[in-house]
Amino acid sequence: MDIITLAEVSGNLSAIGYGLAAIGPGIGVGIVFGKAIESTARQPELGGKIQTLMWIGFGLIEFLALLGIVAGFIFA
Amino acid sequence: MHETLLSGLTLAANGPEIPTVDEFLPPEILFAGTPFAINRIILVRLVMVVIMLAVLGVSAAKAKLIPSRWQGFIEWGIEYVRDKIVYEVMGETRGKRYVPMITTLFFTILMFNICGIIPGMNIAATATIMMPLAFALWTFVQYWRTACREQGFFTYLKKECIPQGVPAPVLIIAIPIQLLDVVVIRPVSLTVRLFANMLAGHIIVALCFSATQFFLIEAHNWMAAFGAATFVFGFIMTLFEGFVAYLQAFIFATLSTVYINLSYPED
Repeated sequence: MDIITLAEVSGNLSAIGYGLAAIGPGIGVGIVFGKAIESTARQPELGGKIQTLMWIGFGLIEFLALLGIVAGFIFA
Repeated sequence: MHETLLSGLTLAANGPEIPTVDEFLPPEILFAGTPFAINRIILVRLVMVVIMLAVLGVSAAKAKLIPSRWQGFIEWGIEYVRDKIVYEVMGETRGKRYVPMITTLFFTILMFNICGIIPGMNIAATATIMMPLAFALWTFVQYWRTACREQGFFTYLKKECIPQGVPAPVLIIAIPIQLLDVVVIRPVSLTVRLFANMLAGHIIVALCFSATQFFLIEAHNWMAAFGAATFVFGFIMTLFEGFVAYLQAFIFATLSTVYINLSYPED
């Protein structure tokens, strides 16, 4: 490294890509849990049913984020 | 100014030892070359299975009507799975049949995940794709079996693929997506969720401590402060991994129960 190049970025750009890809599912998971809490507070007697639905939705959303991790390894 | 900055940068360019995917493909240590080859992760798995069988077996053999403190603890764990996961989702009449399966899943996955933060083992036994895949296939087989028994193969497929109250044109999109969901996405997402969480957790913890080793011990400059920070962060992440280990076991067990429950006809 010479004096002109003060900082050199090395590594893989896909790390940034994964960071960007995680934003959407992050927001989605937040919405799922927030809404589940909200609706359980409104109708506590439906808590069990809401929780079941919440896990189904959570599973789908989190899968999108995790596809990002795995895709990085598969296509590396 | 330039001197110190540059020395810091060049050292950083050499870099700490970054953990890679190779961590999860360790060399075979026993029976190499045969189909029964054992590497470090499989050894961890076997050790954990033996420990679990021994602890639970001895506890079960010594079980009394008036539980000792240890038996109370074990029963608390088992009842937690039964009441908070299975009965919560399915109800008691349906759930009774699946309590043993879900309990097995929950405790095996929990113990295998905990291996990731036990000193000396240091890798989650579920951190390679095969183990989560085996668990997910078990769930897959169970919810199809339940569907065939409770409402018949085609009724179930029709119910899952054609959501009620959806206008006809949307069905063109909905049917393939739902079919994909039932056949592929459910087992694959169970597998990948567990696997990727354990993989990412191990890499983060390993990265923290390898950065600590590098900045604190090998690099003699102002970056030692950064090393101290990664040291503390490594401990925090280890605790977080303990939490994730439990959380993933819980999610896996809950989603398995939910999927099996979906195989029953609507009430």
